[in-house]
Amino acid sequence: MVAMSKIATGNGHGENSPYFDGWKAYETNPFHPTERPNGVIQMGLAENQLCFDFFQKWLMKHPEASLCSPEGVRKFKETALFQDYHGMPEFRKAVAKFMGKVRGDRVKFDPDRIVMSGGATGAHEMVTFCLADPGEAFLVPTPYYPGFDRDLRWRTRVELVPVDCESSNNFKITRTALEAAYEQAQAANLRVKGLLITNPSNPLGTILDRETLKSIVSFINEKNIHLIGDEIYSATVFMEPEFVSISEIIEEDIECNRDLIHIVYSLSKDMGLPGFRVGIVYSYNDAVVSCARKMSSFGLVSSQTQHLIASMLSDDDFVESFIVESKERLFKRHKYFTWSLSQVGIGSLQSNAGLFIWMDLRKLLKEKTFKAEMDLWQVIIKEVKLNVSPGSSFHCQEPGWFRVCFANMDDNTVEVALMRIRTFMLKNNEAMVPRSKLCRRSSLKLSLSRRKDDFITSPGIMSPHSPLPTSPLVRART
Amino acid sequence: MAIENEQPAVGLSKVAVSETHGEDSPYFAGWKAYDENPYDESSNQSGVIQMGLAENQVSFDLLEKYLEEHSEASSWGIGAPGFRENALFQDYHGLKSFRQAMANFMEQIRGGRAKFDPDRIVLTAGATAANELLTFILADPGDALLVPTPYYPGLDRDLRWRTGVKIVPIHCDSSNNFQVTPEALEAAYECAESMNLKVRGVLITNPSNPLGATIQRSVLEEILEFVTRKNIHLVSDEIYSGSTFSSSEFISIAEILEAHDYKNSERVHIVYSLSKDLGLPGFRVGTIYSYNDKVVTTARRMSSFTLISSQTQHLLACMLSNKEFTENYIKTNRESLRKRYEMIIKGLKNAGIECLKGNAGLFCWMNLSPLLEESTREGELALWKVILNEVRLNISPGSSCHCSEPGWFRVCFANMSEQTLEVALERIHKLMEQRKSKET
Repeated sequence: MVAMSKIATGNGHGENSPYFDGWKAYETNPFHPTERPNGVIQMGLAENQLCFDFFQKWLMKHPEASLCSPEGVRKFKETALFQDYHGMPEFRKAVAKFMGKVRGDRVKFDPDRIVMSGGATGAHEMVTFCLADPGEAFLVPTPYYPGFDRDLRWRTRVELVPVDCESSNNFKITRTALEAAYEQAQAANLRVKGLLITNPSNPLGTILDRETLKSIVSFINEKNIHLIGDEIYSATVFMEPEFVSISEIIEEDIECNRDLIHIVYSLSKDMGLPGFRVGIVYSYNDAVVSCARKMSSFGLVSSQTQHLIASMLSDDDFVESFIVESKERLFKRHKYFTWSLSQVGIGSLQSNAGLFIWMDLRKLLKEKTFKAEMDLWQVIIKEVKLNVSPGSSFHCQEPGWFRVCFANMDDNTVEVALMRIRTFMLKNNEAMVPRSKLCRRSSLKLSLSRRKDDFITSPGIMSPHSPLPTSPLVRART
Repeated sequence: MAIENEQPAVGLSKVAVSETHGEDSPYFAGWKAYDENPYDESSNQSGVIQMGLAENQVSFDLLEKYLEEHSEASSWGIGAPGFRENALFQDYHGLKSFRQAMANFMEQIRGGRAKFDPDRIVLTAGATAANELLTFILADPGDALLVPTPYYPGLDRDLRWRTGVKIVPIHCDSSNNFQVTPEALEAAYECAESMNLKVRGVLITNPSNPLGATIQRSVLEEILEFVTRKNIHLVSDEIYSGSTFSSSEFISIAEILEAHDYKNSERVHIVYSLSKDLGLPGFRVGTIYSYNDKVVTTARRMSSFTLISSQTQHLLACMLSNKEFTENYIKTNRESLRKRYEMIIKGLKNAGIECLKGNAGLFCWMNLSPLLEESTREGELALWKVILNEVRLNISPGSSCHCSEPGWFRVCFANMSEQTLEVALERIHKLMEQRKSKET
């Protein structure tokens, strides 16, 4: 038998993670409103499906954006021939402008620092190849997107060292945790080359506050390591507090070596176009821009897609109204979803961004272990028939948390999912472990009324920045 | 910005600061001269004519005609109902209809002499990514791949840069038209062994870049026998297969395997792309076709880093599913390239210049060794500079393709109009006339 490489035969592809097990259950029996009403509803895929009508309207008005239309075909030849790894100037300008607008025009992005990649997946791998040698390490706060295990490590052979964050302070990234992770790496003889933060966070759906960002910037400067800011969810911040980008922090009164700062971006989440593979690396370091640009040869954005995106994002009216409308729809969906969950006693981390919530099912665990989390998860997939993602697959240090996506389905499917959750909670309310004398679980009768101004969250999950009135107690209404 | 040679204040990786990206090669230096002073038929008639870029521009009228006649099908339909599904599609298996269309297209190019299973097709953003990806899968850092010379300069980057794998050349020379011989294969293998390098495979390009010629059946058999005996892989880069001037002259490794009943085929992997045959380098359409299940699965997973835009998959699925279109395209493209080839060969012959007998590709392999001041790499580069700066043609020196014999140049002929080619040939003619009169 002819052998393959170690990279090929190892498990670095990461597909043995439970993150993907639920997908298999979904794929064998996917929900369909009429054909498979008892199928598994996919809530493990962070997609943004709320704004396609917007695109359709725009496309009808701008046939020239497609090379296939009679209006667009005259650009076919020059576009089809364009393979310059600098990328189309119009494309880079349009993306830079979009990134600025998403940040309220509080910062400007230089189109010449924009480097293309095969989605954010390609961008992360490419940045890692530029910044770290095999055997070196990046620090990554937990919980984090499972794909990083593959994207940052598989072919690069770089290590990841977790920065532990806990629910007691809403998973804040503390200086203490950063220092501890750094020391842990040193003790393991790993040379730390950088810190990767995802802001807004996947899976938490929260944003980093100014103090945390400043603390992070001071930390990386002190240690002289790189900072990679994954901001692919930046346009999904649907409510206060306002998003603060790393690009803004470094413009403020703070000591920072800009050669350490790099941003990963993509249109897959903010615009809901994962199929188009539009990944971006934006670096403040000239050498990294130059190197990444050469490497981008391995994952350029199709010129056909560059042409379409350039047209779309050059349209200021479209961009402005898209950003506003998208936030509005995400806000509504998030609010309804979290409110409905709270009605049946399910809380989640207070969040204002992302395409998912970080659901707190700790009180449903038979014991405070990851095995119990897996058992509960199996129940959710097999009985409740929802594919949600267990916190352990995100390297969360505490069992009982689940990421639940809410933006990848229509309103009807949301209702079906909520109905299944309600049914499950009704069945199980006797089985729930009582956490407080104030929770009269035995006589719990759940109200299904939709008084949307009633907003209740579980104890201990209040964000210091939450603008909404919250009750510290789970209060059941009989 | 010679950033590559400076050590930046804060560390980048070794890969980042190395020069294995290969851009300091003269292959790319000529492009700079062209970028600074590009020829234009109307506005810059004294500019540099780009003959260093292997692009296929002879068949765009066919593509444009298809799009004009099938506008709705290839876009998202009226009102764009198909947009949503297409924009969401990021499955690394790739669009089934597109893989089916690619399999059919590859079969048609080979005159139906080989069959391709769509489920063995893995999609990558260009052949550049495909070659790198396969290298990651077949070899460990520090291992070696054997590659016949002369070869496409980009392989130095694609096979080596981020993978850490080495290339050991299989030396070929003009005594037998640069064909690979069993002796050369063995010599390369032994050379690798003497450097303590573990050989993991052989990579051939068929039709060859830069030779512009197909590999003979007997040579393919010998190469297959060699890799089987050594128990190593064989990668066959067939991105110019649809650019063979006559259908019957191209023999794919797939046909050899078919003739052997697919015995020992799990070591064979084919790289294909639409950048050359269809002239769509901007769309980034590459594929890996492997007869090895594990390689297919692993390659598919790795393709996550370099997927083809679903928008592009959709367009090409439509185009390449249209049998009438593809049959006509393949036939017409071959014919147009053959005519172009004959035009340049005739023009060069009139100027007293010989080329290697070619039957494929977008370029010819020109022999200027009689013009060298000295038969060395330096002599070749000196002549190349004259051709670039005085004759104002950007052609690729054989040394940048690792050719062991100085004096050969790759000259592209399909990336320009016929008029521009005429101008280029006139300039070459003038150069040769000047040289002749200098001698007398």
